[in-house]
Amino acid sequence: MIKWGRFLLFLVVVGMLATLITTTTQQVAGNIRLGLDLQGGFEILYVVEPLEPNQQVDMELLKATAGMVEKRVNIGGVTEPVIETELPNRIRVKIASEKANQDELRELIGKPAVLEFRDENGNVLLRGSDLASGGAGVGYDDLKRPVVTLKISDPKKLEDITRANLGKPMAIYLDDNMLTNPVIQNVITGGNAQIFGNFTQESAQELADILNSGALPAKLIEKQVTSVGASLGTLALQKTIYAGYVGAALIIVFMLVVYRLPGLIANITLVAFTYFCLVVLDWMDATLTLPGIAGFILSVGMAVDANIITYERIQEEIRSGKTILSAFRAGERRSLITIIDAHVTTLIATAVLFYFGTSSIQGFAIVLAMTLIVSVITNVFGSRFLLWLLVRSNMIKKPFWFGVKESEIGEL
Amino acid sequence: MSSKRHEDIVKFDIVKNRRKFFLFSGIILVLGLLVTLFMGLNLGVDFKAGTRLDIYIGKEFNPSDVEQLIKQHVPDTVFTPVTPYGDHQAQTRFDQTVDAEKLKSLEKALKEKYGPQVTKQEATVDPSIARELVRKAAIAVSIAGVGIIVYIAIRFQLLFGIACIIGLIHDVLVPIALFSVFRLEVDLTFIAAILTIVGYSINDTIVIFDRIRENLRTMKSKTVEDLEHLVNVSLWQTMRRSIFTVATVFFTALALAALGSESIRNFSLALIFGLVSGTYSSIFIAAQVWVALKEREMKKKRFSPAPNEG
Repeated sequence: MIKWGRFLLFLVVVGMLATLITTTTQQVAGNIRLGLDLQGGFEILYVVEPLEPNQQVDMELLKATAGMVEKRVNIGGVTEPVIETELPNRIRVKIASEKANQDELRELIGKPAVLEFRDENGNVLLRGSDLASGGAGVGYDDLKRPVVTLKISDPKKLEDITRANLGKPMAIYLDDNMLTNPVIQNVITGGNAQIFGNFTQESAQELADILNSGALPAKLIEKQVTSVGASLGTLALQKTIYAGYVGAALIIVFMLVVYRLPGLIANITLVAFTYFCLVVLDWMDATLTLPGIAGFILSVGMAVDANIITYERIQEEIRSGKTILSAFRAGERRSLITIIDAHVTTLIATAVLFYFGTSSIQGFAIVLAMTLIVSVITNVFGSRFLLWLLVRSNMIKKPFWFGVKESEIGEL
Repeated sequence: MSSKRHEDIVKFDIVKNRRKFFLFSGIILVLGLLVTLFMGLNLGVDFKAGTRLDIYIGKEFNPSDVEQLIKQHVPDTVFTPVTPYGDHQAQTRFDQTVDAEKLKSLEKALKEKYGPQVTKQEATVDPSIARELVRKAAIAVSIAGVGIIVYIAIRFQLLFGIACIIGLIHDVLVPIALFSVFRLEVDLTFIAAILTIVGYSINDTIVIFDRIRENLRTMKSKTVEDLEHLVNVSLWQTMRRSIFTVATVFFTALALAALGSESIRNFSLALIFGLVSGTYSSIFIAAQVWVALKEREMKKKRFSPAPNEG
């Protein structure tokens, strides 16, 4: 007797999945952060070197420098850069943005921003660290040209210096470039100074921001630069996704032809697998890169393997003469051990890769582990549940639906 | 299942011919190793100091014009001939690291010549970073190997673990050897490919070992002949699955290689080599190594009276 209730439940579950996937995929996929190889951007690996020979590069200095790099990137108008510190002495900056002007940002990040006031003999009188916090700003001279205004935290110091050097030039240097070299006319008492130059409103504001953020506490040396133009990245993304569609279509056709009804269920759970992987990627706030997509497309193949192992087992049991129901039960039970062993072994490998590997190896390990776990939920338990509903609804009696010919069935 | 069906299912005696497969793999690996030793790998920019430049031009162009512009804007630097690829894109590699300033002026000149759609992709590398990554990946994979042996030794037997690792080493070496023989460029995505192959190869081997373990409970395995028959039956019982699974993964890897972005073409090729090798080694190497080890163990036991079973 056909049990319509179970068949109805099957339809409801599949219908709900379909609704969920068709309505939210666009949004979920849009939320996923794309790596710089997919949307354009750049990655720079800096080696941090101490300013003075006796200075130690430790975690504290690395963190301080990384914090400074982030401020600089923000000055450049880019939010959410990825800045990682790697012991012993590295800082990795990833900026995935199609809008950012890469060349300008690189200049901005690497700028030491050492501000110095020097007398005519080149002796340093004041440094950037003498600035009051937030002491740099933009002002205007008599001709309404933008100037950078400076406020010294200790006005007395500036007063003493200007008194001692009255009538002599005092130059302001930024990173050993002379910005301005005025002759001191009066003793400055309020602690205010100005930098004149050919500033525009923007360049004056940028210099003020850099001075406020302070000098880099260490030297940054570019060790490795990868930059991707936005259109190259988009092209790579389109092509790879297109290749993914073609690969998925081939798998879907293959599963239908070889396994018929269970193949259909495998295809349903495969779509669900892809969808839930995207959702988890979104939750993890992971960045999707080109090798990531390639690995992901590959993991689809490995998820299908769980189905293939199970269905092969069921086919085998049917051929040995069992009824559909008992073949289904025996096949599910026996294949589960195999699948779990294979998954656990691969998970061990990913755990070790994560623990001992560096950043890109870790990224790979996390994505692989994530897809393994999701595939157990969708392609092992999910597909079992759906197939169970169909089998238990007593609608499927013929081995044909499982891709087994009647003539292949042996005698019990 | 009757034993008659077991006879039917074995269409070819794989175990008896295992020496031929060992020889076949041995020849490929030794050849590959010799080529790797004498000619080295075709290491990409990731492993050599220098700058790789990819330019998207977006319309028909003459490579020699681009070379002319490069000579003007990046003087006194040796670079490989500009090779067009894909959809109006060009690539070249400089032997030395090139200043960002010079590349900027080159891009500007290209934009003037070909229009504003021109974009550049630049990779400047210090080889020490890439080498360090390879070293760390190798260490991580080796430790993972030990972890796998331990797990399999607990769940199965030590001999299965050893056989699995030998298959794994085989699968890592084959793509390396083939990349050397075909002079394909090895870059950092190659590492990702090797890691994927490791995962796949483990998965594939475990499925077969699992069947052997299951059959060990229900079938005779007292004599060498019994054991060889058992492994043959296990291999043929899982043959359809082995072929079908590799087929599905192969489809996607092939689609990636043929239709995917140029930057992952070598990645996809490495995967294809590794997938084929992984399936081959699970059946013809790992399972056969286990038979060989197990038979040696059985022969030893026959001469020394050890009461406990392995």
